[in-house]
Amino acid sequence: MSSLYEEVSTAPASDVPVRRVTININGENRTVDVEPRLLLAHLLRQGLKMTGTHTGCDTTNCGACTVLFDGRPIKSCTMLAVQADGHAVQTVEGLATASELHPIQEGFKAEHGLQCGFCTPGMMLAAKALLEENLNPTEDEVRWALSGNLCRCTGYQNIVKAVLWAAEKMRAQAGQE
Amino acid sequence: MALDEVKIGGMGASRLRVEDNRFIRGKGNYVDDIVLPGMLHMEILRSPVAHARIKSIDVSKAWEVPGVRLVLTGEMMAARNLAWMPTLSYDTQAVLATDKVRFQGQEVAAVIADDPYIARDACSKIVVEYEQLPVIVNPTQSMAPGAPLIRDDKEGQQTNKVFDWEIGDKEATDRAFEQADVVSKLELHYPRSHPSPMETEGSIADYDRATGKLTVFMTTQAPHIIRAAVALVAELPEHMIRVVSPDLGGGFGNKVPVYPGYVISILASILTERPVKWISDKSSNLISTHFARDVYLKGEMALRKDGKILGFRMHTTSDHGAFFSDAQPSKFKIGLLHSAFACYDIPNAHMVAEGFYTNKAPGGVAYRCSFRVTEGMFFQERMVQAAADDLGMDQAEFRRVNFVKDDDFPHRTPFGFLTDSGQYGKCLDVGLEAIDYKNFLKEKEEAAKRGKLLGIGISTMTEPLGAGNSREYDILGIKMFDSAELRVHMSGKAILRTGAKTQGQGHETTWAQIVAHELGIPADDIVVEEGDTDTAPFGMGTYASRSTPVAGAAVAMVSRKIRAKARKIAAHLLEVSEEDIEWELGRFYVRSNQERGVSIQECAMAAYSNVPDGMEPGLENTSYYDPPNLTWPFACYIATVEVDPETGVWDVLKFVAVDDCGVRINPMIVEGQIMGGLTEAYAAAAMQFITFDEAGNCIGSNYMDYLLPTAWETPGFELYEVVTPCPHHPIGAKGIGECATVGGPAAFVNAVLDALKGTGVRNIDMPLLPDRVYEAIKTGKDISGAPPVKVD
Repeated sequence: MSSLYEEVSTAPASDVPVRRVTININGENRTVDVEPRLLLAHLLRQGLKMTGTHTGCDTTNCGACTVLFDGRPIKSCTMLAVQADGHAVQTVEGLATASELHPIQEGFKAEHGLQCGFCTPGMMLAAKALLEENLNPTEDEVRWALSGNLCRCTGYQNIVKAVLWAAEKMRAQAGQE
Repeated sequence: MALDEVKIGGMGASRLRVEDNRFIRGKGNYVDDIVLPGMLHMEILRSPVAHARIKSIDVSKAWEVPGVRLVLTGEMMAARNLAWMPTLSYDTQAVLATDKVRFQGQEVAAVIADDPYIARDACSKIVVEYEQLPVIVNPTQSMAPGAPLIRDDKEGQQTNKVFDWEIGDKEATDRAFEQADVVSKLELHYPRSHPSPMETEGSIADYDRATGKLTVFMTTQAPHIIRAAVALVAELPEHMIRVVSPDLGGGFGNKVPVYPGYVISILASILTERPVKWISDKSSNLISTHFARDVYLKGEMALRKDGKILGFRMHTTSDHGAFFSDAQPSKFKIGLLHSAFACYDIPNAHMVAEGFYTNKAPGGVAYRCSFRVTEGMFFQERMVQAAADDLGMDQAEFRRVNFVKDDDFPHRTPFGFLTDSGQYGKCLDVGLEAIDYKNFLKEKEEAAKRGKLLGIGISTMTEPLGAGNSREYDILGIKMFDSAELRVHMSGKAILRTGAKTQGQGHETTWAQIVAHELGIPADDIVVEEGDTDTAPFGMGTYASRSTPVAGAAVAMVSRKIRAKARKIAAHLLEVSEEDIEWELGRFYVRSNQERGVSIQECAMAAYSNVPDGMEPGLENTSYYDPPNLTWPFACYIATVEVDPETGVWDVLKFVAVDDCGVRINPMIVEGQIMGGLTEAYAAAAMQFITFDEAGNCIGSNYMDYLLPTAWETPGFELYEVVTPCPHHPIGAKGIGECATVGGPAAFVNAVLDALKGTGVRNIDMPLLPDRVYEAIKTGKDISGAPPVKVD
């Protein structure tokens, strides 16, 4: 017997339609019922309790909510959850394995690439998208790739260093394989 | 053997940050990440107009939205005596408007519902009828005869004046001007900006009727001050209020004040008996929470032909918005702006400050600075460059001639500050060498022949960081000390709590390094906790670069108390008298036999298992530290730029920063603070400003209108260090978090104006947008005031 408990409302049924969607999040298929207007960022944060994705500006400017959508960085505060139906989403929670940090995570710590930590998950995912395309970026390429993500604390210099640190480590790992 | 301090993560170690372990995994715990059982969500309805009488508010349609639990208006707040709240500057501020709205974005009503989408839906169903009133958007309008009275709620308030304030010796300064060979003048506007941390404001209020206890999770840099304010507003005793400030996504001064949303969420929780979460969106945050700057400064300087400054006069006209709610020491109405010129030896000075209400968001908060010093230091360094130019003197030499010399400390400024240490000339030398000053001047000349505009800008300043002392500095009468509590467990591991509150500065890492330095306990064995008023000792919080100067000092002092007790225990364990014991990092030993000793960890164990007769067991203590003076770091920032005369675009060629913040606890973190601060300085100089149209509409209410620099625009910075220990701080440290934001802007602006030398342009007010620079070049005229609002 399941211990599932669901309170049934006696109020008149809401006329808000609900849609069932399946999204692959960090490698796992999650099926959820959502209102069509629900933003992907809110589904991740409030619905699925994955609070590593932050909402900063609500207007697609700051990039704190950046996730990878089929491998490409998008701002989840301006994408509807229903648009993600059948797609793959990667969040900061999917970067590290149980035993190992991702080199980008290591790089951010090693190079003091974060202070308050609020922009960090989005920054790391934007960096990951860059490094998956270009494992040997120049400083300018890193700066350009991160220019959709705002940081108020660091002045970016150490973030750039962190990404270059990660690139070097990932190149070394690729060389070993 | 004494321990290797760097190995145990002590002073001077660039120890990697312990807080990063959670942030890089997305496991930070910000207010919006917290979910409490049964939690409701609140949304605030804000005024779309800047000045209007409220004729009626109809909330009936909002109540009809399924899932709505409560709708609050000013009238309902007033019935509970909560429609107004005190500010941190002895003014009052409306929580929910009852009579009038006084700025665009002011809080008018609130809806509490099962989820944030429903709350927002219901807000849109509230109908408010406004009768529009004439709008005031700058001090000139504010002081005009017949101007509409903004604060008609205040008894006895006849005008829009907030304050008049004066300091210095007017007559002596007048005499100095009579003796001057040259009088140099400057007028400028430091534009309004918003600190804009990436995380907005928010709170979760949770009132428990059974216990009578109110818990509030909130985005605050100063949890204890907020607790005091809540006690005042909600008429609850302090022991029944627990304020918790979890991880903060930046603060920069924006999270010091008390915001109406906090108070409304508290009442909503009391009324619904459920936890109520309020998270501001970015637009609400930008239009309603504390802005910074917006000061018009003018001044003149009395100069002798040989370059000596004989005196200066300053006048400030500041725009405080609709409510005077800066957080600042109560004695000083315009913060510590009067610390301007403190690094120069100037015998006479006089300053007048006037503050005005306008129909703009309240504030004037210290955005990454020690109570409005940013405006003062910017004016100082712009004035100094103007004076050097008027005298035809080299700008570096002019500064050097007027610097307070290394052996002239302590030095009293004409406004009463006591600077106590520094090597100003040395810092300037390091900076000039790093930028290759002489060669650049040659390069500049040669470039000019090819029609290229190069410029070099210098900014040097000492800044008062780390308020108090408590004799002079208080907020709402609460003295500006700070605190630390250290508990050493029997294993020799420890937990440290302070009255400060980190927002990215890395306290969890650096405080442990101070304990490691004082006690030899490895930093990794020390956990640091801040932000919970139920557990942390009372402190004034983190802003104005006061954490290291005040709370950091308390950490050193409490560690020394622990060491003093441990010493007695060591004597007991070693069976010698206390006088025969010596300390080296991490252990006590017998003076006559260094081999015979006990470690701090052994002393900790004995504190719980083997104390001498008559001694209280345990090894914990608390320190409340009241600093004898402010700390006075010094900075020399130099920028070189190239200006494109065809477009007005300017590029930073090189930027060097020489900072003397005394002893550096964690050099990596210090450099991180400097680079972050320089980026905000660049932002102010280049693009970051908020302005208003004539109707009081905020232009800059989102990141498309309010430009913050990205990784692409931000220049690189070269950092250099000079160390002059603070003479009164227990570990010789000075504040650093804000120097770069304060001193940086003038370096950029001076550089651009240096490039324009010879065009007749003496001043362009920030931001130096390309079109403004272009216009100045084309017309040869100064550009003043905030950029006009373009309507098309």
